[in-house]
Amino acid sequence: MKTVTSTLLAVVFLAAFIAPLGAQGSGAANQSQTPRQEQQTEFVPLDQLPPQEQLPAPRLLIAAYVFVLAALFLYVVSVSRRLGTVHREVQRLEADLRKTGRR
Amino acid sequence: MPKWFTPAAILCGLMFVASPILIAEVRYESTMGLVQKIFYYHMPSAVMFLLAAVICGVASARYLFGGAPHQDRVAWAAAELTVLFGIITLVTGPLWARKAWGQWWVWDVRLTASLMGWLVAVAYLLVRRYGGPGSDKLAAGLALFGAANVPFVYISVNYWRTIHPATSVVPTLPVDMGTALWFCFTAFLLLFVLLLKMRIYLEEERARVDSLYLSLEG
Repeated sequence: MKTVTSTLLAVVFLAAFIAPLGAQGSGAANQSQTPRQEQQTEFVPLDQLPPQEQLPAPRLLIAAYVFVLAALFLYVVSVSRRLGTVHREVQRLEADLRKTGRR
Repeated sequence: MPKWFTPAAILCGLMFVASPILIAEVRYESTMGLVQKIFYYHMPSAVMFLLAAVICGVASARYLFGGAPHQDRVAWAAAELTVLFGIITLVTGPLWARKAWGQWWVWDVRLTASLMGWLVAVAYLLVRRYGGPGSDKLAAGLALFGAANVPFVYISVNYWRTIHPATSVVPTLPVDMGTALWFCFTAFLLLFVLLLKMRIYLEEERARVDSLYLSLEG
Protein backbone atom coordinates (compact mmCIF):
# COMPACT_ATOMS: atom_id res chain seq x y z
CA MET A 1 0.00 0.00 0.00
CA LYS A 2 2.83 2.30 0.84
CA THR A 3 4.51 1.71 -2.56
CA VAL A 4 1.21 2.39 -4.40
CA THR A 5 0.77 5.69 -2.57
CA SER A 6 4.35 6.77 -3.27
CA THR A 7 3.98 5.83 -6.97
CA LEU A 8 0.75 7.84 -7.20
CA LEU A 9 2.43 10.79 -5.53
CA ALA A 10 5.32 10.57 -7.99
CA VAL A 11 2.93 10.52 -10.97
CA VAL A 12 1.00 13.53 -9.65
CA PHE A 13 4.27 15.35 -9.02
CA LEU A 14 5.52 14.64 -12.54
CA ALA A 15 2.18 15.63 -14.04
CA ALA A 16 2.29 18.88 -12.10
CA PHE A 17 5.68 19.66 -13.65
CA ILE A 18 5.07 18.39 -17.19
CA ALA A 19 1.60 19.92 -17.72
CA PRO A 20 2.72 23.58 -17.56
CA LEU A 21 5.66 22.81 -19.86
CA GLY A 22 3.32 21.23 -22.40
CA ALA A 23 0.91 24.14 -22.14
CA GLN A 24 3.77 26.61 -22.61
CA GLY A 25 4.93 24.70 -25.71
CA SER A 26 1.50 24.63 -27.33
CA GLY A 27 1.00 28.28 -26.40
CA ALA A 28 4.22 29.20 -28.14
CA ALA A 29 3.17 27.17 -31.19
CA ASN A 30 -0.17 28.98 -31.29
CA GLN A 31 1.58 32.32 -30.89
CA SER A 32 3.89 31.55 -33.82
CA GLN A 33 0.90 30.61 -35.98
CA THR A 34 -1.18 33.68 -35.13
CA PRO A 35 1.12 36.46 -33.90
CA ARG A 36 -0.70 38.84 -31.54
CA GLN A 37 0.42 42.19 -30.35
CA GLU A 38 1.69 41.88 -26.76
CA GLN A 39 -0.26 43.66 -24.08
CA GLN A 40 1.70 46.58 -22.69
CA THR A 41 2.45 46.10 -18.99
CA GLU A 42 4.68 49.15 -18.41
CA PHE A 43 5.59 52.49 -19.99
CA VAL A 44 9.29 52.88 -20.90
CA PRO A 45 10.66 56.43 -21.28
CA LEU A 46 12.30 57.11 -24.67
CA ASP A 47 15.76 57.61 -23.17
CA GLN A 48 15.67 54.09 -21.69
CA LEU A 49 15.35 52.37 -25.08
CA PRO A 50 18.33 50.35 -26.39
CA PRO A 51 20.97 52.64 -28.02
CA GLN A 52 20.14 51.38 -31.53
CA GLU A 53 16.50 52.40 -31.21
CA GLN A 54 17.42 55.80 -29.76
CA LEU A 55 19.49 56.76 -32.84
CA PRO A 56 17.87 59.69 -34.62
CA ALA A 57 17.13 58.48 -38.18
CA PRO A 58 16.70 62.03 -39.65
CA ARG A 59 20.26 62.92 -38.62
CA LEU A 60 21.71 59.84 -40.40
CA LEU A 61 19.51 60.44 -43.46
CA ILE A 62 20.49 64.11 -43.74
CA ALA A 63 24.19 63.23 -43.20
CA ALA A 64 24.01 60.70 -46.06
CA TYR A 65 22.34 63.12 -48.50
CA VAL A 66 24.61 66.02 -47.58
CA PHE A 67 27.68 63.81 -48.03
CA VAL A 68 26.54 62.62 -51.49
CA LEU A 69 25.78 66.12 -52.75
CA ALA A 70 28.96 67.61 -51.23
CA ALA A 71 31.17 64.87 -52.74
CA LEU A 72 29.63 65.31 -56.18
CA PHE A 73 29.86 69.11 -55.99
CA LEU A 74 33.51 69.03 -54.88
CA TYR A 75 34.40 66.63 -57.68
CA VAL A 76 32.73 68.82 -60.31
CA VAL A 77 34.58 71.87 -58.91
CA SER A 78 37.86 69.92 -58.92
CA VAL A 79 37.50 68.82 -62.58
CA SER A 80 36.42 72.34 -63.61
CA ARG A 81 39.47 73.88 -61.93
CA ARG A 82 41.81 71.36 -63.56
CA LEU A 83 40.18 72.04 -66.94
CA GLY A 84 40.60 75.80 -66.43
CA THR A 85 44.32 75.35 -65.65
CA VAL A 86 44.87 73.16 -68.73
CA HIS A 87 42.95 75.61 -70.98
CA ARG A 88 45.11 78.50 -69.79
CA GLU A 89 48.24 76.44 -70.46
CA VAL A 90 47.03 75.55 -73.97
CA GLN A 91 46.37 79.23 -74.73
CA ARG A 92 49.81 80.23 -73.41
CA LEU A 93 51.60 77.54 -75.43
CA GLU A 94 49.68 78.42 -78.61
CA ALA A 95 50.62 82.08 -78.12
CA ASP A 96 54.29 81.06 -77.67
CA LEU A 97 54.15 78.99 -80.84
CA ARG A 98 52.67 81.93 -82.77
CA LYS A 99 55.45 84.20 -81.47
CA THR A 100 58.13 81.76 -82.61
CA GLY A 101 56.40 81.47 -86.00
CA ARG A 102 55.88 77.72 -85.79
CA ARG A 103 52.13 77.99 -86.13
CA MET B 1 32.77 69.58 -75.40
CA PRO B 2 29.81 68.26 -77.46
CA LYS B 3 26.65 70.35 -78.03
CA TRP B 4 24.47 68.05 -75.93
CA PHE B 5 26.65 68.53 -72.84
CA THR B 6 25.13 71.78 -71.50
CA PRO B 7 21.43 70.81 -71.92
CA ALA B 8 22.19 67.40 -70.39
CA ALA B 9 23.99 69.06 -67.46
CA ILE B 10 20.98 71.37 -66.85
CA LEU B 11 18.60 68.39 -67.00
CA CYS B 12 20.80 66.44 -64.59
CA GLY B 13 20.89 69.39 -62.15
CA LEU B 14 17.10 69.68 -62.26
CA MET B 15 16.72 65.95 -61.62
CA PHE B 16 18.96 66.19 -58.55
CA VAL B 17 16.92 69.15 -57.27
CA ALA B 18 13.66 67.20 -57.80
CA SER B 19 14.85 63.89 -56.38
CA PRO B 20 14.60 64.77 -52.62
CA ILE B 21 11.00 65.96 -53.18
CA LEU B 22 10.13 62.66 -54.87
CA ILE B 23 11.89 60.64 -52.16
CA ALA B 24 10.07 62.56 -49.40
CA GLU B 25 6.73 61.53 -50.95
CA VAL B 26 7.55 57.80 -50.90
CA ARG B 27 6.05 55.65 -48.10
CA TYR B 28 8.26 54.50 -45.23
CA GLU B 29 9.60 50.94 -45.32
CA SER B 30 7.91 48.83 -42.62
CA THR B 31 10.91 47.67 -40.56
CA MET B 32 13.53 50.39 -41.14
CA GLY B 33 11.34 53.48 -41.41
CA LEU B 34 12.83 56.82 -42.39
CA VAL B 35 16.47 55.73 -42.57
CA GLN B 36 15.66 53.33 -45.45
CA LYS B 37 15.31 56.42 -47.68
CA ILE B 38 19.13 56.47 -47.91
CA PHE B 39 18.56 53.58 -50.37
CA TYR B 40 17.44 55.95 -53.17
CA TYR B 41 20.94 57.47 -53.41
CA HIS B 42 22.93 54.50 -52.05
CA MET B 43 21.86 51.93 -54.66
CA PRO B 44 22.37 54.14 -57.78
CA SER B 45 25.79 55.28 -56.53
CA ALA B 46 26.74 51.62 -55.88
CA VAL B 47 25.75 50.68 -59.43
CA MET B 48 27.77 53.62 -60.82
CA PHE B 49 30.72 52.48 -58.69
CA LEU B 50 30.58 49.00 -60.26
CA LEU B 51 29.93 50.38 -63.76
CA ALA B 52 32.96 52.67 -63.49
CA ALA B 53 35.14 49.74 -62.35
CA VAL B 54 33.99 47.67 -65.36
CA ILE B 55 34.63 50.55 -67.81
CA CYS B 56 38.07 51.09 -66.25
CA GLY B 57 38.88 47.37 -66.59
CA VAL B 58 37.65 47.03 -70.18
CA ALA B 59 39.43 50.21 -71.32
CA SER B 60 42.61 49.09 -69.55
CA ALA B 61 42.46 45.67 -71.26
CA ARG B 62 42.02 47.39 -74.63
CA TYR B 63 44.95 49.70 -73.83
CA LEU B 64 47.18 46.82 -72.69
CA PHE B 65 46.46 44.60 -75.68
CA GLY B 66 45.66 47.26 -78.31
CA GLY B 67 47.81 50.20 -77.22
CA ALA B 68 45.32 52.96 -78.13
CA PRO B 69 46.07 56.08 -75.97
CA HIS B 70 42.36 57.04 -75.96
CA GLN B 71 41.54 53.84 -74.03
CA ASP B 72 44.12 54.79 -71.41
CA ARG B 73 42.40 58.17 -70.97
CA VAL B 74 39.01 56.47 -70.62
CA ALA B 75 40.45 54.08 -68.01
CA TRP B 76 41.99 56.92 -65.99
CA ALA B 77 38.72 58.88 -66.06
CA ALA B 78 36.72 55.81 -65.04
CA ALA B 79 39.14 55.04 -62.19
CA GLU B 80 38.49 58.48 -60.70
CA LEU B 81 34.74 57.89 -60.95
CA THR B 82 35.18 54.49 -59.29
CA VAL B 83 36.81 56.23 -56.34
CA LEU B 84 34.14 58.97 -56.25
CA PHE B 85 31.06 56.72 -56.43
CA GLY B 86 32.81 54.11 -54.28
CA ILE B 87 33.34 56.54 -51.40
CA ILE B 88 29.72 57.67 -51.69
CA THR B 89 28.57 54.03 -51.46
CA LEU B 90 30.92 53.19 -48.60
CA VAL B 91 29.80 56.22 -46.56
CA THR B 92 26.04 56.12 -47.18
CA GLY B 93 25.91 52.34 -46.55
CA PRO B 94 27.25 52.50 -42.96
CA LEU B 95 25.03 55.53 -42.17
CA TRP B 96 22.05 53.37 -43.12
CA ALA B 97 23.44 50.22 -41.45
CA ARG B 98 24.03 51.95 -38.09
CA LYS B 99 20.30 52.34 -37.63
CA ALA B 100 19.06 49.30 -39.57
CA TRP B 101 21.60 46.69 -38.35
CA GLY B 102 22.82 48.34 -35.16
CA GLN B 103 26.42 48.56 -36.39
CA TRP B 104 28.38 50.69 -38.82
CA TRP B 105 30.13 47.84 -40.63
CA VAL B 106 30.11 44.04 -40.93
CA TRP B 107 32.87 42.06 -42.64
CA ASP B 108 30.56 40.13 -44.98
CA VAL B 109 31.40 39.41 -48.62
CA ARG B 110 29.43 42.31 -50.16
CA LEU B 111 30.96 45.00 -47.96
CA THR B 112 34.47 43.55 -47.94
CA ALA B 113 34.55 43.01 -51.73
CA SER B 114 33.26 46.56 -52.27
CA LEU B 115 35.99 47.96 -50.03
CA MET B 116 38.59 45.88 -51.90
CA GLY B 117 37.31 47.18 -55.26
CA TRP B 118 37.50 50.75 -54.01
CA LEU B 119 41.05 50.23 -52.70
CA VAL B 120 42.12 48.83 -56.08
CA ALA B 121 40.80 52.02 -57.75
CA VAL B 122 42.66 54.17 -55.19
CA ALA B 123 45.80 52.12 -55.91
CA TYR B 124 45.28 52.74 -59.65
CA LEU B 125 45.22 56.52 -59.09
CA LEU B 126 48.26 56.42 -56.77
CA VAL B 127 50.24 54.40 -59.33
CA ARG B 128 49.27 56.85 -62.09
CA ARG B 129 50.20 59.83 -59.92
CA TYR B 130 53.48 58.63 -58.42
CA GLY B 131 54.48 55.55 -60.49
CA GLY B 132 56.67 57.41 -62.99
CA PRO B 133 57.36 56.08 -66.51
CA GLY B 134 55.50 52.85 -67.32
CA SER B 135 52.91 53.41 -64.63
CA ASP B 136 50.14 53.43 -67.25
CA LYS B 137 50.68 49.71 -68.02
CA LEU B 138 51.08 48.81 -64.35
CA ALA B 139 47.87 50.65 -63.45
CA ALA B 140 46.05 48.96 -66.36
CA GLY B 141 46.96 45.60 -64.85
CA LEU B 142 45.51 46.71 -61.52
CA ALA B 143 42.29 47.80 -63.22
CA LEU B 144 41.78 44.27 -64.57
CA PHE B 145 41.66 42.99 -60.98
CA GLY B 146 39.27 45.80 -60.06
CA ALA B 147 36.89 44.76 -62.86
CA ALA B 148 37.20 41.04 -62.00
CA ASN B 149 36.00 41.88 -58.48
CA VAL B 150 32.71 43.37 -59.73
CA PRO B 151 30.75 40.10 -60.33
CA PHE B 152 31.66 38.96 -56.80
CA VAL B 153 30.29 42.19 -55.34
CA TYR B 154 27.05 41.80 -57.32
CA ILE B 155 26.27 38.12 -56.64
CA SER B 156 27.68 38.01 -53.10
CA VAL B 157 24.36 38.85 -51.42
CA ASN B 158 22.61 35.96 -53.19
CA TYR B 159 25.21 33.23 -52.49
CA TRP B 160 26.77 34.00 -49.10
CA ARG B 161 25.15 34.58 -45.71
CA THR B 162 24.75 38.28 -45.11
CA ILE B 163 22.35 40.78 -43.57
CA HIS B 164 22.67 43.03 -46.63
CA PRO B 165 19.43 43.01 -48.69
CA ALA B 166 19.46 40.64 -51.69
CA THR B 167 19.34 41.82 -55.31
CA SER B 168 15.74 40.52 -55.50
CA VAL B 169 14.63 43.58 -53.46
CA VAL B 170 14.71 45.92 -56.47
CA PRO B 171 12.31 44.06 -58.85
CA THR B 172 9.78 43.60 -56.03
CA LEU B 173 9.55 47.29 -55.06
CA PRO B 174 6.05 48.85 -54.95
CA VAL B 175 5.30 51.45 -57.63
CA ASP B 176 6.04 54.56 -55.53
CA MET B 177 9.35 53.20 -54.24
CA GLY B 178 10.29 51.92 -57.71
CA THR B 179 9.48 55.27 -59.37
CA ALA B 180 11.67 57.19 -56.92
CA LEU B 181 14.49 54.67 -57.27
CA TRP B 182 14.54 54.64 -61.09
CA PHE B 183 14.26 58.45 -61.19
CA CYS B 184 17.34 58.73 -58.95
CA PHE B 185 19.06 55.99 -60.95
CA THR B 186 18.51 57.94 -64.20
CA ALA B 187 19.87 61.11 -62.56
CA PHE B 188 22.98 59.27 -61.36
CA LEU B 189 23.48 57.60 -64.76
CA LEU B 190 23.21 60.93 -66.56
CA LEU B 191 25.64 62.49 -64.07
CA PHE B 192 28.01 59.55 -64.57
CA VAL B 193 28.02 60.01 -68.36
CA LEU B 194 28.59 63.77 -68.01
CA LEU B 195 31.43 63.37 -65.49
CA LEU B 196 33.08 60.65 -67.59
CA LYS B 197 32.88 62.84 -70.70
CA MET B 198 34.25 65.85 -68.79
CA ARG B 199 37.10 63.84 -67.28
CA ILE B 200 38.08 62.25 -70.63
CA TYR B 201 38.06 65.74 -72.18
CA LEU B 202 40.48 66.87 -69.43
CA GLU B 203 42.88 64.04 -70.34
CA GLU B 204 42.59 64.92 -74.05
CA GLU B 205 43.47 68.54 -73.27
CA ARG B 206 46.46 67.38 -71.20
CA ALA B 207 47.62 65.29 -74.17
CA ARG B 208 47.26 68.43 -76.30
CA VAL B 209 49.46 70.36 -73.86
CA ASP B 210 52.14 67.64 -74.15
CA SER B 211 52.05 67.78 -77.95
CA LEU B 212 52.28 71.60 -77.86
CA TYR B 213 55.36 71.39 -75.61
CA LEU B 214 56.93 68.93 -78.09
CA SER B 215 56.18 71.32 -80.99
CA LEU B 216 57.74 74.20 -79.05
CA GLU B 217 60.90 72.24 -78.27
CA GLY B 218 61.14 70.60 -81.73
